Amino acid sequence: MTCPQIGKKANLGPVPKLEKGCVMKKLDAIITENKEVAKNYLKMVLEVSGGLGGEEVLPGQFVNIEIPGLYLRRPISVCNYEAGKLTLVYKPVGSGTEHMAGMKPGEKLDLLMPLGHGFDPAKAGERPVLIGGGAGSAPLYLLARTIKAANPKAQITVLLGFNEKAEVLLEAEFRALGADVTVYTVDGSYGTKGFAADGLDSLTQGAADAVGYTYFYACGPMPMFRAIEAKAKGDGEYSFEERMGCGFGACMGCSHKTKNGYKRICKDGPVLSRGEILWD
Amino acid sequence: MTEKSTAKTKDSKAKASRTEGKNTAVTLCGIRLDNPVIPASGTFGYGYEFAQYYDINCLGTFSFKGTTLEPRFGNPTPRIAECQSGLINSVGLQNPGAHAVVSEELPKLAKVFKKKVMANVSGFSKEDYVETVKILEATEQIGWLEINISCPNVHGGGMAFGTDPKAAAEITKAVRGVTKKPLIIKLTPNVTDITEIAKACEEAGADGISLINTMLGMRIDLKTKRPVIANTMGGYSGPGVFPVALRMVYQVARAVKIPVVGLGGVSSAENVIEMMLAGATAVQVGSANLVNPYACRDIVSDLPRAMRKCGIGTLEKIIGAAQL
Repeated sequence: MTCPQIGKKANLGPVPKLEKGCVMKKLDAIITENKEVAKNYLKMVLEVSGGLGGEEVLPGQFVNIEIPGLYLRRPISVCNYEAGKLTLVYKPVGSGTEHMAGMKPGEKLDLLMPLGHGFDPAKAGERPVLIGGGAGSAPLYLLARTIKAANPKAQITVLLGFNEKAEVLLEAEFRALGADVTVYTVDGSYGTKGFAADGLDSLTQGAADAVGYTYFYACGPMPMFRAIEAKAKGDGEYSFEERMGCGFGACMGCSHKTKNGYKRICKDGPVLSRGEILWD
Repeated sequence: MTEKSTAKTKDSKAKASRTEGKNTAVTLCGIRLDNPVIPASGTFGYGYEFAQYYDINCLGTFSFKGTTLEPRFGNPTPRIAECQSGLINSVGLQNPGAHAVVSEELPKLAKVFKKKVMANVSGFSKEDYVETVKILEATEQIGWLEINISCPNVHGGGMAFGTDPKAAAEITKAVRGVTKKPLIIKLTPNVTDITEIAKACEEAGADGISLINTMLGMRIDLKTKRPVIANTMGGYSGPGVFPVALRMVYQVARAVKIPVVGLGGVSSAENVIEMMLAGATAVQVGSANLVNPYACRDIVSDLPRAMRKCGIGTLEKIIGAAQL
């Protein structure tokens, strides 16, 4: 990037790249689709102008969206990104997502993307398990796709949890990737009655290695994380949520203490590995 | 025009340029800046992360993250609450401590930023400020010290020093004794008469005043009926505070002879010009960086247009021009 005042790059050598993956860009995007895909959930598809110059969004990364009329941007996990086409699955829960829900195809949004330290697909092994609760199921889609692309032989188990049948998301999409999907509903109206974390017990019971999976990835509400933490026999990682100021590491608004010092959920997270998390 | 606004420039190139919108340079406490735009402390980290997004050498300078003697984690989360036209933050001076800033953060910055940086320093006692400044003093990279006696998010220090003229003078005098660098004191707006504090700092040896830090504010979550911020209150900043900040810059610029750095809700080149008309020699930009990481670059590149629009040739000449 040239400097408007100096007119040419300052003679300091190349700027070191500090992040894994594509460096954040500020991009315009046009909404091509925004509709309810399940009770309480919408899917928004955006055409990102210029795209990421051939670079990819890593699974577990997010976009930070400027919402007309609101001061702070809203961070939303990436469900899928392919060749400039960005898919977000979100639940209207506050002023930002409620505004998004009312937007129409053709409207424009200003995005910062891709942001954050996402999941590490390289740790998946042969039999990874992906555990999603509600909207937390969304970022697991790009993760499953990435794992499958890197290792077509990987046997992916997906455990999805929702309140009720009408809320079930992405089941067919995960199955289309060849994943073994089990859906849990709290009221038992679809799939197995219970919570997604319950599925870990089924994997572990009778497994030759007494674990039943090579690595776990989790995204969802905090009670789900605590249940996983109580049950999980193997190693894994969790994707966290926090109120953010900037979303790209500048304001320190979302820092959490970990065993490896403080971590900004927006920049050093949202994905943290099991071994570094301080649960209290 | 005040006495300080006619500060002589030795830069002959700057003198030669008389065309409207051409000359954005200003002198802040004896150090020449290409332009008056300075990302404010706490919104720009230690700078090098922003260098991935654009060449930060286009900035006048920037004020780095508030640094204390010891490393600090800061306050519990949530630390952020959105407001109309701004946000409340209660970060609580999270920083790696002065030694790590000198040994780790500043060398990283040196690779991407060739200008002098403004060092923002906070503390919990007079001794804290003095010891921290001693650690930073030998660092050539640091051009100015900006002493934060105005943080609303820490107890037993911070803002407590900035709300009492005596305490403000005491900190200023103590730090003055251990530094040869230009000394700027950053003031809080959460006082009855900010000019009294500013004058006390000037008399105690400050070379400049920067204002305003954030305004104490709070939000309550209607669903949980609890404060949004874990620490209940925090500092409000953003475009909503701009008129208050401008008023205080105007008042302080009348009250002191040393340069004033204006900040508070600045989001555009027009805002920069307005702050300078009120009496600011340089202008910091804070919250705007958090919603648009390119905000300062965009303001710098937009300044010539805004100057032409206002019929301004040499930006430095308008400092305090609105003073009656």
